[in-house]
Amino acid sequence: MDPYKLKKDFPVLSDETLIYLDTAASSLKPNQVIKKLDEYYEKYSVNVHRGVYNLSYVATEMYEESRRKVSEFINADFNEIIFTRGASSALNLVASSYGLNNLSSTDEIIVSELEHHSQVLPWQNVSNITKAKLIYVPLNKEGRITIENFKKVLNKNTKVVALNYVSNVMGYIAPIKEIIKLSHEVGAIVSVDAAQAAPHKKIDVKDLDCDFLSFSGHKMLGPTGIGVLFGKRELLDNMPPIEFGGDMNDNVNLYEASWKEVPYKFETGTPGIAGAIGLGAAIDYLDNVGLDEIAKHEYKLKEYTVNKLREIDDIIIYNESAETGIISFNIDGVHPHDAVTFFDGDNICMRAGHHCAQLIIKWLKVPATLRISYYLYNTIEDCDKFIESVKNARDFFKSVGF
Amino acid sequence: MNNLEILYRQVIMDHYKNPRNKGLLNDNGYKTIHIKNPTCGDDITVQSLIEDGIVKDVRYDGTGCSICCSSASVMSETLIGKKKEDAKKIAETYINMLTNKEYDETVDLEEAVVYQGVQKFPARIKCASIAWKAFEGTLESE
Repeated sequence: MDPYKLKKDFPVLSDETLIYLDTAASSLKPNQVIKKLDEYYEKYSVNVHRGVYNLSYVATEMYEESRRKVSEFINADFNEIIFTRGASSALNLVASSYGLNNLSSTDEIIVSELEHHSQVLPWQNVSNITKAKLIYVPLNKEGRITIENFKKVLNKNTKVVALNYVSNVMGYIAPIKEIIKLSHEVGAIVSVDAAQAAPHKKIDVKDLDCDFLSFSGHKMLGPTGIGVLFGKRELLDNMPPIEFGGDMNDNVNLYEASWKEVPYKFETGTPGIAGAIGLGAAIDYLDNVGLDEIAKHEYKLKEYTVNKLREIDDIIIYNESAETGIISFNIDGVHPHDAVTFFDGDNICMRAGHHCAQLIIKWLKVPATLRISYYLYNTIEDCDKFIESVKNARDFFKSVGF
Repeated sequence: MNNLEILYRQVIMDHYKNPRNKGLLNDNGYKTIHIKNPTCGDDITVQSLIEDGIVKDVRYDGTGCSICCSSASVMSETLIGKKKEDAKKIAETYINMLTNKEYDETVDLEEAVVYQGVQKFPARIKCASIAWKAFEGTLESE
């Protein structure tokens, strides 16, 4: 893949001074996706599943075509793909529907301190309501989830395992396939947060054998406001809807009603039609480039950057061994919010703060971290400009007395 | 000097490194307000002691970036000894100045005036205003 050529597809990057290093928060969007959104709004911007006129048929076809693309993208069956607002609502759906209806006080839920709030907080809520115990996998000294430590907390009471595939702060890839295998041996189901995995690595839900898997469109070149929940058909069939209203119902009577089949019983209201269609275009784009190529490229940039950062005094890197394109670091003695204003001055977009993952920030025993994350449109020149800016930032803050 | 340098060179580093009036008191006479910005982690508690219409003391504690912490220190020095009404006016003027609203330029903000530079860094306005907002809160809870 050629990042210099790909860059040209991203209108935000037409500002050549801009260095975008915050893909882990949200990716930029290519023209191909933007055009697809325009196409919906300009040519068939009507509702789906309702109209019996031709235009509504076209919109419905396009919307469902995206569902098919998503299902192929992760090797799921068509009916196992539920469109949601994003990974957060997908993860919440699992907890609110499966969790609240299947757990009780003798059960255990395994999570970790490496989770994004959208994975841990829904289960904290389930635990508070059902009195099921919330159990944390002890992280190893690098901050990773390991099989050895996972086995320490897994037992016959474990009913749910809710873990990330790739950490949004540390960029570590969890040994999720083996975790799923072990969890199934004790009869637990596994809900995988794949928000940081789906944009960067090939996922095969049948091979993983995961029960649920969630991700967002906007982190993988797609629009905001659209996400995906994959669930195994037999589980979804037995789960109640958590939102009720139009389009999810079958027969409606005064005091009871019945629901459509999955996935529609979980998709009430007018869905994010444009978003879903745009996500389809994003998947086409990623397929054309090739996820394996993207992952290799990001890792190369990350390794290059880490090696250079190591040579700069006062730079603390928290995840040197990450297998992906994420680097979490700080300038010694400088609050990340002070630092990020310096980088902003160099037109470098990056993240400073808790990254919606306070538990791992507390585990690291720091007030917050700086984070950069690479994607297919980043180049070695971006790395160099960033490294130069790090040196200048360090010099500046030291010179004013930090 | 660039904007960032001007901002940091002035009062900010002095107060960040040598904070004044830091540390809370366990005294019922003080009104206490805690404000947190969960997205960045700035976390400040401000106390004020008002007696006979005068701001007798301002204390604070917390964690955050240099702009957040130094602005709390500068605020305490600016407001101690002022009449309550004047302190209120200064706080209001300061926050209007930061947020680019119209403000009364005749009000003397003393050292706090250097935070005018924060206007150039819109993402940091919250950092510079959180302690002052907490102070305003202590007056309201009077």
